[in-house]
Parts: sequence; C-alpha cells; structure tokens
Amino acid sequence: MDWEVVIGLETHVELATRTKIFCSCTTEFGGAPNTHCCPVCTGMPGTLPVMNKKVLEYAAKASLALNCEVTRYCKFDRKNYFYPDLPKAYQISQLYLPIGRNGKVPIKVGSEEKIIRIHELHMEEDAGKLVHDNWIDQTRADYNRCGVPLIEIVTEPDFRTADEVIAYLEKLRSTLEYLGVSDCKMQEGSLRCDVNLSVRPKGSDELGTRTEMKNLNSFKAIARAIRYEARRQQELIELDHKRVIQETRRWDDNKDASFSMRSKENAQDYRYFPEPDIPPMELSEAYLDELRANLPEMAEARQARYVRAFGLPEYDAGLLTGTRALSDFFEETVALGIAPKEAANWMMADLLRLLKEKGMEPKEMLFAPETLAAIIEMVSDGKLNRGTASKVFEAVFDNNGDPAAYVKDHGLEQINDTGLVESTVAEILAANPSQVIEYRGGKEKLFGFFVGQCMRALKGKADPKAVNEVLRRQLNG
Amino acid sequence: MNITPELVDYVSILSRLKLEPEEKARMTGELEQIIGYMDILNQLDTTDIEPMSHTFPVKNVLREDEVVPSFPREALLAGAPVPDDEAYLVPKTVE
Amino acid sequence: MSLSDLTALELGAKIKAGEVSVPEATRAALDAIEAKNAENNAFITVLNNRAMAEAEEIQKKISAGELTSPLAGVPLAIKDNICTKGVKTTCASKILGDFQPPYNATLTEKIHAIGGVVLGKLNMDEFAMGSTSETSYYGATRNPWDLSRVPGGSSGGAAAAVAARECWYAIGSDTGGSIRQPASYCGVTGIKPTYGTVSRYGLIAYASSLDQIGPLARTAEDCAAILDAIQGKDPRDGTSLDVPVGGLLSGLSGDLTGMKIGIPVDCFGDGLDGEVSQKVLAAAEVLKERGAEVEEFRLPIMEYVVPAYYIIAAAEASSNLSRFDGVKYGWRAEGYSDLTELYNKTRTEGFGTEVKRRILLGTFVLSSGYYDAYYRKALQVKAVIKEAFDRAFEKYDLLLMPVAPTTAPKLGESLSDPLKMYLSDIYTVSVNLAGLPGVSIPCGLDSKGLPVGAQLIGPALGEGKVLNAAHAYQQETDFHKLRPTQKGGAE
Repeated sequence: MDWEVVIGLETHVELATRTKIFCSCTTEFGGAPNTHCCPVCTGMPGTLPVMNKKVLEYAAKASLALNCEVTRYCKFDRKNYFYPDLPKAYQISQLYLPIGRNGKVPIKVGSEEKIIRIHELHMEEDAGKLVHDNWIDQTRADYNRCGVPLIEIVTEPDFRTADEVIAYLEKLRSTLEYLGVSDCKMQEGSLRCDVNLSVRPKGSDELGTRTEMKNLNSFKAIARAIRYEARRQQELIELDHKRVIQETRRWDDNKDASFSMRSKENAQDYRYFPEPDIPPMELSEAYLDELRANLPEMAEARQARYVRAFGLPEYDAGLLTGTRALSDFFEETVALGIAPKEAANWMMADLLRLLKEKGMEPKEMLFAPETLAAIIEMVSDGKLNRGTASKVFEAVFDNNGDPAAYVKDHGLEQINDTGLVESTVAEILAANPSQVIEYRGGKEKLFGFFVGQCMRALKGKADPKAVNEVLRRQLNG
Repeated sequence: MNITPELVDYVSILSRLKLEPEEKARMTGELEQIIGYMDILNQLDTTDIEPMSHTFPVKNVLREDEVVPSFPREALLAGAPVPDDEAYLVPKTVE
Repeated sequence: MSLSDLTALELGAKIKAGEVSVPEATRAALDAIEAKNAENNAFITVLNNRAMAEAEEIQKKISAGELTSPLAGVPLAIKDNICTKGVKTTCASKILGDFQPPYNATLTEKIHAIGGVVLGKLNMDEFAMGSTSETSYYGATRNPWDLSRVPGGSSGGAAAAVAARECWYAIGSDTGGSIRQPASYCGVTGIKPTYGTVSRYGLIAYASSLDQIGPLARTAEDCAAILDAIQGKDPRDGTSLDVPVGGLLSGLSGDLTGMKIGIPVDCFGDGLDGEVSQKVLAAAEVLKERGAEVEEFRLPIMEYVVPAYYIIAAAEASSNLSRFDGVKYGWRAEGYSDLTELYNKTRTEGFGTEVKRRILLGTFVLSSGYYDAYYRKALQVKAVIKEAFDRAFEKYDLLLMPVAPTTAPKLGESLSDPLKMYLSDIYTVSVNLAGLPGVSIPCGLDSKGLPVGAQLIGPALGEGKVLNAAHAYQQETDFHKLRPTQKGGAE
C-alpha cells in the first residue's frame, strides 16, 4: 500500500528579551544553577507575575510576520501540572485567546511552492532544567531558564515530507531572526521543535492516530526522526497489524530511534483557566500599524532586491541573505561605497569560508564591514594584490585588526616600481633561455611559468597585471 | 451530579493527594453534596453572558524590559527542605 | 483610661505628643499577649525581642521627626499569610513548615514605612480557608467574648487580638468575608477594600481574583488611617489599580445628609437569626437619624452567590496551592521512594482536611468535561452578580446588610457540615465577587452577650462613603467601645 505521512509542528522559540517574561531576572544563557532567579521565577508563595512589555511586542511582531490574525484582546491562562522543572506547578500560557491565529507561511521545496497554515501563536514561560546527579542519585532543579519568554507556533498538519518540515523551519528561523525577536539557536535550545506525525493510506482524507516526538535538537535529527517514525507507524500497521497509540515519544539521536514516554505521564488534564494575576492585554490598531510599518525587509525580499538592483546571481543573493547578520554586513559594506558585486565576491569566497572553518555564526564575528571595505579599497588602489589581500583578510578577521597596519608591519605593499618589475622580468628571461626559445616557437602555455617565476622573485607583492604586461612585451620584443 | 469514587480518585491523582479509604468515602459524600448544591446555578440563564475572569477593566499592565540583579542564591535555597548549595533536589526524574 | 482602651489613632496622637513612648506601648501589648494568648491562641508567632528592638528604632525616628504618620509607633499584628522577611510565615499550615520568606510583602513594607511595630503573626484558618479559624495547624483561635466560641475566620486571630486588646490594629485578608465576618463575631471594625487597591504582592494566595488585604481595628477612623497607609498602586502586582488613593481619614465628615442607603430585602429572609436581623435594621434607623435616606430593594442574586464563589475560589486555590509540593520550601514528608510519592505524601500529610476538600473541589470544576458546566458558568454568574450591584449603585450610595446569619457559633459546631458552613458566607462573598469595598461594624450584642455586626457595602473605590457612614454610626453609638471580658464558658 502507498502511504502518506501527515505532519504538524509545535515550535517553541525563546524570545531575545533582556529579562524574563514575568520578572526582571536576566535571560542570559548559562550561568551557575539558580543564579538568574528571584522569588517570582522560583514560584515563592505570595509573589506575582508582571508582564514584560517587550515580550508582547515581539510576539505581536512574530504574529504579523507569519501572517497571523492578531488577537486584539488577549489573555493568559494557567496550564496546571506537577513536575519539578515547573516551580509554581502551573505554566502561564495562552489557551483561550492566543495572540496570533490563522497564519500562513509560504515555503519552497525545490521548485514547488506550498503554504503552511499556522493554527496559532501563543506566549508562555519556559520551564527550568533538571540534571540528574549520579553521585547522590538525586535530580537537581535549576530554575535559571524558568520564566524565559517563549512563543509557541503551532501549524496545521500540512507537511507531507521531512524536506517540507526543514524548509518551513528554515523559513521560520530566518523570519524570526530578521525580526530580531529570537536568536533561534537550536544548540542552546532557543528553538525547539516537537513533531506530530501520523500516516494514512494515500488518497484518504481521514487523519491517522498521531504521535508527538520530543527532544529533537537539530534539523538533521528532525529529518531522521520523521523518517524513522513514519516507517515505524507504517510497519506497525502493515506488518504487525496493530494500531498506532496516541502518545508522546522521545527521540534518541544516538540510538536513531524514538521511545515511548507513556510510563512517565499521568492523565493529561491541564485544567486551563484564565490567569487571574495578569490583566488582559489590548492591542490597538495604532500599535499594530506601527509594528507593521516597522517590520524589517525579510530574507526573500532582500534576495530579490540583490538580484534586481545589484545584478547578483540568485544563488549568491540567497547565501548572502541566509542570516540577517550576514545580509546586514553586506549592506553596510555596500553603503561604504564598495561595488555590490565586489563585496559579494569577497563575502562568498573569503568570509563564508572562514566562518565555516571556524564554526561561527555571522552574528558572532567581530570583523566589521569597515575592515572589509578597507581591504577591498587597498586592492583597487593598487596597494595590495588580490592574493595577498586574502591572506590579510584571514589575518585580521578574528580580532577585526587594522589591515593597513598589518600590511605595513609585514611589508606586504604591492610593488608598483616599474623599473624593478622590468629588471626582474629581464633576469628571469635571461635565466631560462631554453623556455624562452620554446615560447617563442609557439608553446604559449609557458607564459604561466614565467609569471610564476617572476611573482616568486617579487615575493608575490607585485601587481600581477603589471607583471603580465611587462612579460608579454619583453617576450614578444 | 453523581460523584463516584472513581471521579474522586481521578481528581486526587490530578491534585497529588492520596486519601485513605475512610477519608475518601467521606470526601466523596461531601463533594456530592456540595457539587449537587452548586447545580442551582443552572437555574440562572446565562446565555450570551461573557464569563468574567477579571472584575475591573484593567489592561496592559506591562513592565519595561530592564534587568534587575537576581536574588542571592543562598537566600532562595535557604528554605529548601533538602539542603544543597546550588539547586533544589528531587528524587530521580526520568530524563 | 488604660493604654489598651485607646484607639490606634488616639495612641498615635499620644506617641506623637510624647505622652506615651513606643517601647512603653509595645511592652504593654506584649504583656497583654503574654497574658491572653494561651487562652485565645490569636498569635502563631510573637516577636517579643524583635518588636521591642523595632519599637526603640521607631521611637528614635519619631523623636527625630522622620515619621509623621498618625499611626507612627502604634503596635499591630499581621495575619500569617502575609510575608514578613525573616519571620516565619505559615498560613497556619503544616506544609509551610518553618518557612521564612526572604522577602517582604508590599503590605509589610508599607507598615514599616509608617513606623508600625509588628508584634507578631496572627492565627487563621489554614490558607485562609474557613469561617471559624479552627482549621489552623496551630490550633483553633477562641473568641475573647466567649472562649467556647469561634472568633470567625479566616482572619480569626486578627479579630480576636484586636478585640482582646492585644494590639491596636491588625492586618487581615478577605477572600469571601475573612475580615468582615470575624470582625462581626468579635465586635471590631474591619474593612475589605476595593479589589486592587491594596497590593497582594506577598499575600500568599488563596483565590487570586478575590483576595484582598485590609485592616481590623476599633473604629472606622482607625480603618481609614490604616487604608491611607496601605492602599496604592504597586508595580509588583499587575492587578493593583492605578487610581488616586489616600485622604480617607481627612475625608470623614460624619455627614450623611442626602446619602441613599439601600437595604436588600433578599438578605433578611430565611436563615437569618432574628436578633441579628433586628440589630442590623436598628442600625439603619441610626443612619436615618444622621440624615441618610434608607430604602428597601430587591437584590435577586443571593441564592447564586455561594455556589459561584466556592467554584471560583476553589478552582483558583487548587492551582495556587499546587506549588506546595515539598521541593522548594516548607515541609517535606519522609519515606517516599519516587517523585510521585514525594508529592502525594507531602501534600496529603501537609494539608488539612478543609484545604484538601477545596483543592479536590477546585480540581474537579476545572477538569476536562466539567469546566464549562461549573467554572465557566460560575464566571458568567459572577458577571450577573457584578451587574446586579452596578444597578443597585445607580440608585444607592451604600447598601446595608448583615455580615453573617448568626453570631459566633461554638467551637466544633461548623466543621462537621461543610456545606452548611459554606452557606453561612452568603452575605459576604458577593462583595468579593464584585470587587467592592465592605465594612463590618459592631451594632450591638445579642441575648447571649455576643457581638453582632452590620455590613455597609459601597461601589468600587467607595471606601470613603463606606467609612464615612460607619464613622457617623460610631459617633452615634458605643457598640464599638464594648470590650470582652475574655472568660471561658461565659454562657
């Protein structure tokens, strides 16, 4: 039988606010256990939550950017369950009036375009972390992450393949990153994704029983988990003639398999009710208009503009707009007067390569657009040749050093002394008489050999164009 | 509303309360009586009435996103039932 | 006249004039507590040394002119569900153990700011759930008018301590009548202010949408002065109202000319003790003599207020009390083998029966399949109740009704029938549901010699009107000056 896989996603994204959602503790990642805490976020008796203005703004922006209808009058609700990572034993979340509903995210897989529908986007607080200590055989609860603001974005079951899921997540990550509302770092847990998956015979309109998979820590893990779970469900039905059980499963990336978490979970009855401690929030049309007017240009729009206005190839424009930090770097470089194509070439060839080698994100680099512009200008001014410039780039990249100083300190200035070039070429030709004869006899390939010899003698600092010219004149002369 | 022992068990599990048989039997009867009395609300027609969770029309009570130094950890942990310098301790939880 | 017979404002004036020192007043109060607490059990914690040290400090500040409140230096006590930094705060529950909050409630800070000397923490029903102060893990509080009787609840310790002259005023909390009903049983004046006018930050929550802190004292004037000190917008409490407060004391004119007072006849029917009814209606006559117009009207919601209240309060309580799980603070049971057992044992052994009953009830009304029929319905009924009050206040400045159907019952009479106990809250809970201010004032003694209270209810933010009428009444009558003898078995 042919099977169709049906997938919906629940994505939790930590918002990049300075402080937690309901108290003024820092949201900074890491920190010794329980040092980013106060009586409010550790759920001490009598304490009360007070909503962070920025969280509302970021959640509203995200809703707008994902084409959601924004709920003008929204409220928080309590979700009640006992677990030691949740100190109040309830999570302040939104059930009845989430901030965003009925959104749409267009994605593209290969040449096919598709709309993923967003069921809802809601605000909530993150839980703490539990770490088991084998020495004392007890689990330690660390509440530093408690109260870090999250938005949860729930899609309709619109995905049919892992590729679609990844395309959506890439789009989501890019959108939220461009908005500046989240870092979206999966390795730090600021973007986390649960996969709801079911299978059904192709052509069927009915949804099968779904499972929910958690603990998916990378895009690769998500793709693998989807393939695994789809196969598991198909085999369960087809080979074992069993039914899929609606349950939560934990993905184990090392074992490349998912495992049922059923034993741990009790009856799921969260007893949601309106949070009495937080007054409702009303979003005025004027407020939303202002947010709308200030939404930044997103990756796709920038990519199109780079192709249209700067004549960049679509592929290059796509790479340059991969993250907001990279794209901003490009635009700032261009704004310093550098030709867009030249800036793009440098970024594609040198900058992206270095970032990849160093395993760095663009936003983490110290290297500034001004520095790149300076290097490019030194080349165009003839002070530095292109090959040496790459080395200078590499040398100053880490600490955003001064390229002019580096060139000076290392004596890398381009040799523009025509006399020296003339005499060096003459020396090389005199030292290689047989090759000169062969060249003049028609073996033109040897031209490269002469260039190499000359450049070596000039320690790579000459302008290759000048060397070529002089060589050609002397050889032909 | 008929309150069965099974319903009391279910609600007890959700509340993390484990009643002794005698207490459970008494509680079942009392809850049945109390909840039975509450059914009087059904005499009031509330069609089209918006449920009122907040009494006064206060809205948009928001604070600025400005960091305030966190609390001294010793002070937070001082009241923990199991002493530890860094964290709150619980029996092993499956991770 | 002994110090203990002074009102809080009278004592404050004598302290200001240098006629009485703060340590002197504090010593007198601590001596009274020493003499009476063993009998009436109004206090859970008495801060002997700490209060004396505080008194010395405050006296210095008063002498230096740094404290100018009319209540500066006047000793008081605080209900044990309000957080006091470094001082045990128990909610009268085993589950909080020896919990010493590392922070103060906003209320506590405001009391410090005016130079109040905190004598100790007051007994109450466990987690403020009860109408008798018998559900305390620390033993029942007894009524100073008759030690075989309850002081009411949940702020029973507060009412008893003020009535027994162990402090000049007390701070309590009122979720469904917990200030007004014990005030009425103990013959003191107590006001529940408009929801949101006193910060709840640091008040250990029972039902967040209904809880409100307020004072219990000898007179309406004292209550006005205390509210002037403790009301106000608090950035730490999102539900606190951003409205102008203060000026209540200076606004007490006692002039009721033209004031319209409505008496809901629905509150004077079956179930109301005849003597109570008669005393409350007699109070209406006094108010009339002072210039008020009094009129009867229908408030056709009374049969719904108790169910709506208990559904909403229990639902919020079931959630608010989930944090007491033996992990972060307070008491933890022994002999558990895993996490679930730790939770179950700690909560089952740590909470008393009434608290468990309300947690189960609250969990039920929120659970899947019952939410709409009970919780959502109760929120709709709440809207109906609020609307009924709004309509009443279009016609009347104030409403007058009883506080409780009877005077103080004997210890042990109420807990055996929880539903009957809940129903006795009928005259107080609607005020919390509608967020309104309500004061209980002594209006005489019944034939058993027990105090009767009358309740004046105002529109939202109508504290001034409520207290002015209470003040006018107290200018005409001496019921608030009666003092109990605190003798056991007075019958």
